[in-house]
Amino acid sequence: MQTTILYIGRDTEITTVMNRLLNARPEWKGICVCNDEEAIAICQQQKIDLVLLGNGINHEEEVQLKGKILALMPNVKIIQHYGGGSGLLYGEIMMALD
Amino acid sequence: MSQFILHKENTRGHADHGWLNAHHSFSFANYYNPERMHFGVLRVLNDDLIDGGMGFGTHPHDNMEIITIPLAGAIAHKDSMGNSAVIKSGEIQVMSAGTGVSHSEFNALADKQLNLLQIWLFPNKKNVTPRYDQQSLDVEAMHNNFQQILSPSADDAGVWIQQDAWFSLGKFDEGFETEYKIKKAGNGVYAFVISGEVTINGQTLSKRDGLGIWDTDSISFKANTADAEVLLMDVPMELN
Repeated sequence: MQTTILYIGRDTEITTVMNRLLNARPEWKGICVCNDEEAIAICQQQKIDLVLLGNGINHEEEVQLKGKILALMPNVKIIQHYGGGSGLLYGEIMMALD
Repeated sequence: MSQFILHKENTRGHADHGWLNAHHSFSFANYYNPERMHFGVLRVLNDDLIDGGMGFGTHPHDNMEIITIPLAGAIAHKDSMGNSAVIKSGEIQVMSAGTGVSHSEFNALADKQLNLLQIWLFPNKKNVTPRYDQQSLDVEAMHNNFQQILSPSADDAGVWIQQDAWFSLGKFDEGFETEYKIKKAGNGVYAFVISGEVTINGQTLSKRDGLGIWDTDSISFKANTADAEVLLMDVPMELN
């Protein structure tokens, strides 16, 4: 069964890398966006297992995003992704899903 | 009462990609060990051997303090901030990835293997403007002394980063003893033995062993061999 992971960032280059990395693993389905409205629309349309918050999201935006996402999916895990599609990604996701 | 965690050299994660032989003190890439996720804000300690001319093509980073210390050889660095540099053994490089930066890292020499430590710390502030720096290390000052090579302040010795962390590096004569005082209350120290054998707080450590110590304000140190070289990473134990 695939784990659906939504990545929300601001940097288009990092978002592209994240999309490639997340979808390179058959057990993960990655959806990567740079726009908060788009992210919320995706959450309204399908079940998400894990949300990764990427770079450039300020504190106010983060609070709003978390509030809106948790209102739609109270049990979804939302974590900060550090490093930008780097060597930390696998560990972060495994830790969150454990 | 101080607490500690011992990471013996042979318990590190290992990945052999042919051109890259990497050992990971903490979970990294495909090495995942939930018991080895971080020591405080210290998230990555990679000990990489890179074949001549080989390296990492352009790739992005964000919100991470990335410190590179070549132990042997030289690394060629290029980044999206316009920096292009070679960092040799005896130097230290720091990059605050902040809002995002892309860089490449290659062994600068075609005929010599590169050995480097790459260390990543969580920053104490997200989304800062990316920044790059490199400095030569004062090798003479490291003799029988934990010489500071990194701090949170641009006005202090060594490079600076966006975190309340201090790194010190020393090379010691056999039998030399000293005490290291932790720089900030609440910080712990992760000691990484680059070479030789040492005793820290009663724990005997060999080459590439790591020892994390916290809930204390100082650590005791003794060099057991003549070639002892140790990196101390004094880092906040609480994630920001």
